[in-house]
Amino acid sequence: MSNEIAILGAGMHPWGKWGHNFVEYGVAAAREALADAGVPWRDVRFVSGGATVRCGYPGYVAGATFAQALGWQGAEVNTSYAACASGSQALAAARNKILAGECEVALVVGADTTPKGFLAPAGGYRPEDPDWVRFYLGITNPTYFALYARRRMDLYGDTQADFAKVKVKNAAAGSKNPRARYKKCFTEEDVAASAMVADPLRLMDICATSDGGAALIVSSVDYAKRIGKGDAPRIAAISTVTPSFASGVVEMPDIATDSAAAEGIDAQSFRAALPIKAYEEAGIGPEDVDVAEVYDLSTALELDWIEDLRLCERGDAAKLLRAGDTSIGGRIPVNPSGGLACFGEAVPAQALAQVCELTWQLRGQSGERQVQGAKVGITANQGLFGHGSSVIIKR
Amino acid sequence: MSDPMSNKPHAAAIEGWHTLGEQPHLIGTRCCGCGTYFFPKQTHYCKNPDCDSSEFEEVELSRTGTVWSYTNACYKPPAPFVAAEPFEPYTIAAVQLEKEQMTVLGQVVEGVSTADLKVGMPMELVLETLHETEDDIKVTWKWKPVA
Repeated sequence: MSNEIAILGAGMHPWGKWGHNFVEYGVAAAREALADAGVPWRDVRFVSGGATVRCGYPGYVAGATFAQALGWQGAEVNTSYAACASGSQALAAARNKILAGECEVALVVGADTTPKGFLAPAGGYRPEDPDWVRFYLGITNPTYFALYARRRMDLYGDTQADFAKVKVKNAAAGSKNPRARYKKCFTEEDVAASAMVADPLRLMDICATSDGGAALIVSSVDYAKRIGKGDAPRIAAISTVTPSFASGVVEMPDIATDSAAAEGIDAQSFRAALPIKAYEEAGIGPEDVDVAEVYDLSTALELDWIEDLRLCERGDAAKLLRAGDTSIGGRIPVNPSGGLACFGEAVPAQALAQVCELTWQLRGQSGERQVQGAKVGITANQGLFGHGSSVIIKR
Repeated sequence: MSDPMSNKPHAAAIEGWHTLGEQPHLIGTRCCGCGTYFFPKQTHYCKNPDCDSSEFEEVELSRTGTVWSYTNACYKPPAPFVAAEPFEPYTIAAVQLEKEQMTVLGQVVEGVSTADLKVGMPMELVLETLHETEDDIKVTWKWKPVA
């Protein structure tokens, strides 16, 4: 189809708590992606960066920061901020530039250095700030993940053992991923023995924050063919839609949902809406998907995503999990990278890391964690302030 | 939590977000154009994409609803939360209000654990201490299972 672009190269700096400047991770990821693509840096005419809001001014102008670090060569730059979907929005900007015929090859890159400890809001008395309000009332990030998890238990009969199974599955996959931060295998007993944070979620059900960097070299299909890479995986769809009013799910950092009381307004689920545009744009359906990388901020959230992507009926994700369908070697492997459970979240890099993993999977380069014969992959993530994304790649 | 012998006056932890009587209500607004409710109050623009009204009336929200979901906090949150020493875990509920078609978060009253709750259970709004200052006892809305 005419709106496809090629993924020529993928690169990542390993995730961890390295404590270095975020630019180092981005440059390392970019250089790996360039080498993977076999494209000289001077051929890149557009640098699209995912912004980090935690690393001062260079993070706000990430596109320019990375372009300068790699050596100014007159390319155009862009910086995208879309919380957890920043990488996808930066990728969408690169796709637009390529499809408009304004450039042939683009670098998309995101990296972050995360601070230690809680991310707490500024002090004082500031009831106009929803983030201040919810912390003042004792509502932290795990509260929201736990509300979604508990609802699954009461509505669908999921158990804490099911959530532990997600961790065990992802840890087993991540143990085979050299770029993952956590490579240790765990048992359900290990998860059950970890401290309760927000009932029903334990410490090992909730993802950490990490340092990391991810990059992609993308190009027009024409360019890919000219350099002998016409069979490279292609980006078939990028969805970065906003929610539709009225949001019926209470979202971080809000204290209440929208009201759906007005005539003609129904309660909506943002997560479920995200892949709809992606499937439509790619002209495929959930039945065509071979592998998925989803945003497992908690173990239980992975199960929500499986249903939001319509890989099974609502409420059936735990059945897939128990049957081994979502493990590598199963019917529809989910998070073969190990997911956020093994990476921890590096916000501006994470959506790109998902696409990197799918790129390697579709090329058959994932070694021990390879999903055999994968031709179509989908990502999904959601972040703060109405941002989220779903990307489909195919080969 | 607060010393039962304390003579300090009670004050809303967040001013103007709820009434202070025996049967407290959250205070929100309602769009005069489309009838959408807002909590916290919205007074300048309506978030309904089909409505461009800028007129709102202040309304008391329903003080009863049903549990959408629930959890607890086993670890002390960071500031601005003010924790009792030693920290006591507390329960949290998201409660759906039928008329307003919205869900509101809040702590659950002391003495109720997650084991006491279930999705769909009827709840009512009450006031309870959030924390104490040198001058007064800060109270806020909490959810309580309907007896």
